[in-house]
Amino acid sequence: MVSTISRQVENLQGIGEAFGLAWQLVLTGDAALVEIVALSLQVSLTATALACLIGLPLGAIVATLRFRGREAVLILMNALMGLPPVVIGLLVYLYLSRSGPLGFLGLLYTPAAMILAQTILITPIVAALSRQVIEDLHVEYDEQFRSLCLSRGQTMRALIWDARYSLLTVGLAGFGRAVAEVGAVMIVGGNIDHLTRVMTTAIALETSKGDLPLALALGIILLVLALGVNAAVQSVRLTATRQAYV
Amino acid sequence: MSDLADRTVLRGRDIPAVARPARAPVLPLTLRGVTLQLAGQTILDGLDLDLGTRGCTVIMGPNGTGKSLLLKLLHGLILPTSGQIRWGALSPAEVTARQSLVFQKPMLLRRSVAANLDFVLQARGKDRGRRDALLDHVGLRHKSDQPARQLSGGEAQRLAMARALATDPDVLLMDEPTASLDPASTLAIETIMAEARDSGIRVILVTHDVGQARRMADDVVFLHRGRITEHREAPGFFARPDTEAARDFLQGNLVL
Repeated sequence: MVSTISRQVENLQGIGEAFGLAWQLVLTGDAALVEIVALSLQVSLTATALACLIGLPLGAIVATLRFRGREAVLILMNALMGLPPVVIGLLVYLYLSRSGPLGFLGLLYTPAAMILAQTILITPIVAALSRQVIEDLHVEYDEQFRSLCLSRGQTMRALIWDARYSLLTVGLAGFGRAVAEVGAVMIVGGNIDHLTRVMTTAIALETSKGDLPLALALGIILLVLALGVNAAVQSVRLTATRQAYV
Repeated sequence: MSDLADRTVLRGRDIPAVARPARAPVLPLTLRGVTLQLAGQTILDGLDLDLGTRGCTVIMGPNGTGKSLLLKLLHGLILPTSGQIRWGALSPAEVTARQSLVFQKPMLLRRSVAANLDFVLQARGKDRGRRDALLDHVGLRHKSDQPARQLSGGEAQRLAMARALATDPDVLLMDEPTASLDPASTLAIETIMAEARDSGIRVILVTHDVGQARRMADDVVFLHRGRITEHREAPGFFARPDTEAARDFLQGNLVL
């Protein structure tokens, strides 16, 4: 009994020390930590930008056009939002592996492969959410736009621009999902030091190695990022409301 | 209202006339046997109507008689179940771009006042240099940079009027544009409508407001239970309406 309690105390002391070391790494800007965070941001921001480039117009098209099979497309878009990251990682791995159809590109275990996996992961999220946002706006604007005889292109551009604040929050939601994802980037990136190691994969590795300070430091940064993204979403909403743009 | 009193005249001397290519005339307007059914219910029933080339026609009648739907039919936003609508020799769909419809509740873009007008001028290939003159015309120049959705109801409707006029329409369709506006805002809208009419734009106005109809109408179309029960010159209609329903409506009695 006494030995169990003393072990727990030691554990708590160990965790406390780990937190202390983690803060030290964060505050001193440890080179390894900075490298991992920078790569994470590079990969996830690029994936978010690509997902927005594809997902926003796709969402606008589905929101504004009526075509045969639209309901099926809506169901598919919504279903794809819940794609398991490891399945995406596996599919991208199969395509990019040496024997896969895109193996000649030599992208496996590179940041490009991780960007590709994250883009596939969050594009359905961006497309489905932006479809909903734009469709709601389209219902409101439809008669006025038809009265003005706007072309489809003019209608879509106007809808995307007028929904900009809501779509910005959609983009931030996509980024949040990308930066916190671990399964897909682990499979296609390989978690290679100085090459494809990002925050989530590093946390998994360092925890399994027992190097808690680095894992905790990365966890702290991830938490701050998550809070930052949510604060940014809230700030965008407040700004839009204040300026009567919603 | 002071900003309205000294505003410039939109299509008169202060704003250069817009050069227009020769186009097929969109007037007179002819309706023959126009019927509209929605969800199995007949909303408009065999309407016959001839409207001339000038002036302001007021469409009146109790709620639910299909006045707003008639306006949308004329604008080509919806199609009749049967019957024919001709603007000159053209169908409503062919003349939508030559008309402007001002809705009862103005739909303004989530942009500044000026950007709302810029959008329409650019989308319709009009000279964006006219923006400030249009804003002057409706007394909103001083609110150019303000978000349009922060405007009061009357200001929002004036911006909607400016947007409607920005497309240089031959016909201005107005769907109860002053509903729920105060007298000052109503006067401002009526002034803009009257100036548009006087400049040669054909105005078709749907309203419940008998006073407004008296002030604006050159002729009146009275709709009751989906049918046109009267179409007459305004003075005669207001002096001696032919039908009991119109008489009751003008006297403020309940018309069912």
